[in-house]
Amino acid sequence: MTPKTDPMAYLPDMEIIPSTMLDEVLQARSAYHPEACTAAQVRQALQKTHLRPEDFSALLSPAAAPFLEQMAHESQRVTRRQFGNSIQVFTPLYLANHCENHCIYCGFNSHNPIQRARLDSGEIEAEMKAIAATGLREILLLTGESRAMSDLAYIGKACQIARRHFKVVGLEVYPMNVEGYAHLHECGADYVTVFQETYNPDRYGTLHLAGPKRVFPYRFYAQERAILGGMRGVGFAALLGLDDFRKDAFSAGLHAYLLQRKYPQAEVALSCPRLRPIINNDKINAKDVHEAQLLQCILAYRLFLPFANITISTREEARFRDNAIKLGASKISAGVSVGIGGHQAEAKGDEQFEIADTRSVQEIYAAILGQGLQPVMSDYVYV
Amino acid sequence: MTQQDCLILGGRAFTSRFILGSGKYSLDLIEAAVAKAGAQIITLALRRINQDGQDNILDYIPKGVTLLPNTSGARSAEESVRIARLAREIGCGDFVKIEVIRDTKYLLPDNGETLKATEILAKEGFIVLPYMYPDLNAARDMAQAGAAAIMPLGAPIGSNKGLSTKEFIQILIDEIDLPIIIDAGIGRPSQACEAMEMGAAGIMANTAIASAGDIPAMATAFRQAIEAGRTAYLAGLGPIQETGAAASSPLTGFLRD
Repeated sequence: MTPKTDPMAYLPDMEIIPSTMLDEVLQARSAYHPEACTAAQVRQALQKTHLRPEDFSALLSPAAAPFLEQMAHESQRVTRRQFGNSIQVFTPLYLANHCENHCIYCGFNSHNPIQRARLDSGEIEAEMKAIAATGLREILLLTGESRAMSDLAYIGKACQIARRHFKVVGLEVYPMNVEGYAHLHECGADYVTVFQETYNPDRYGTLHLAGPKRVFPYRFYAQERAILGGMRGVGFAALLGLDDFRKDAFSAGLHAYLLQRKYPQAEVALSCPRLRPIINNDKINAKDVHEAQLLQCILAYRLFLPFANITISTREEARFRDNAIKLGASKISAGVSVGIGGHQAEAKGDEQFEIADTRSVQEIYAAILGQGLQPVMSDYVYV
Repeated sequence: MTQQDCLILGGRAFTSRFILGSGKYSLDLIEAAVAKAGAQIITLALRRINQDGQDNILDYIPKGVTLLPNTSGARSAEESVRIARLAREIGCGDFVKIEVIRDTKYLLPDNGETLKATEILAKEGFIVLPYMYPDLNAARDMAQAGAAAIMPLGAPIGSNKGLSTKEFIQILIDEIDLPIIIDAGIGRPSQACEAMEMGAAGIMANTAIASAGDIPAMATAFRQAIEAGRTAYLAGLGPIQETGAAASSPLTGFLRD
């Protein structure tokens, strides 16, 4: 067996930008001991208007568990103050599931024998027309991480088609250099989301066995490169359940916080995914991240970053999602298919993970209204 | 008969001094809020307009109300100019509230970029209302550049904290020969009333209404408070006795002849 490469070493062609953010996050992560936080620290955090990272760490700690109800009240208040009763609605479109990485928890990983596919321009157009007909105006384009099968030109073309049908185009694709982001921004995309999965480099190395994704720092600095490439906003996430979820959620929140401090004009967003079963491995689950812990993370994110969009994933059940948008999440996906295509025709490729909320756009729309909230299809202008 | 007290903006007269926001609450409450507020001007974000689409905010705004599109989402003068032109193209009229924000955390306006945009848009015939941080020098420059009114913030937007910038707003009211409309931060009718007593020409409020338990009722309360404050201002407030009763032996009692 060939020895594994160092996950902290860049590959050729990977742009290195001058930044110390990675060291700052990793140092803070090492210094964070969730078990050491006290109820007094939690109480103090709950009294502040502007939370510091140490307050955030207390709210994520086991000591905050007895304060969950109070956190929910506070988070709800902060969310309504910031966003009013608006809830943004969007849907993801998976363009391709070819992948050159070997990430052991992901359905798209290159060693998993699944049906691979890639939508061509005509199919993208047809899928987008079908999605736009549901009333949605925001789309998130996703690919597996294959620079060969989904190259920059292919993604750029998809962005251009998307701009004709949607007001907001977001991307969740492989990390690229500043120039790549600048090109996709010109093609109409304005938001880039990259999940770091886990912020523990050692654990990261044991989960991401091969492919460019194995390079931890290149992935970490994707958001910063996206902003330098002209993108308006960037999204962050730790996939909860891969490592100590409290330390990972802390790291993801801190990453977003530091980026906004460095680039005050950047819009930052957080997602809160938990591990889900995949095709050929239904044993994968989020272990110790139960609903109470997941909610604690969402509430802590909201209190720490009142201005950030928080997206609630279809990995969660309808009941949980409907409550999450009342308490802290500001954005929800609807009418989701995580296979390749599947909006206009049968999906032609297999999905990345199992979803738990299969409701249509109309159903989600009605559920939001039913909570006294206002679904917002468009809150953006591309300039 | 006494002359009607009007707010004049860009040569147009408005009897209402309450500019209502349209964000952060349910679309189907906008009409009732406008009616209860007695508002003749409503702000809306161009980015919320979903032309030919579902839930287009424009469809919920009663006819006859003057639209004041804002350029939220703009991070530079150039972007706000583009958004303003787009708003005019799709039929939102000539009014524009310039918002240039380069900080997604506090959403504080950038006076420098706002001034540049004011200059460009005023030349293009827009009725320009710049949203700004209450700074006398910047306000003078904006007035010089052709602004139709100045819209200083009372407190950070959405904070409902009231007149945190009171001293500086008073300076603008005293020194700038344009209507000063307080925008952002006003959280209670009493704060709106106080600003009007100080001589503000109008109040723009959104979060205070949107976050109220009963939105139309709060719109009513704000209308009443703004009217009361305006009437008090016009009536001329009595002086405040700062240190209790006047001294019985006047300091100038020694004067003869």
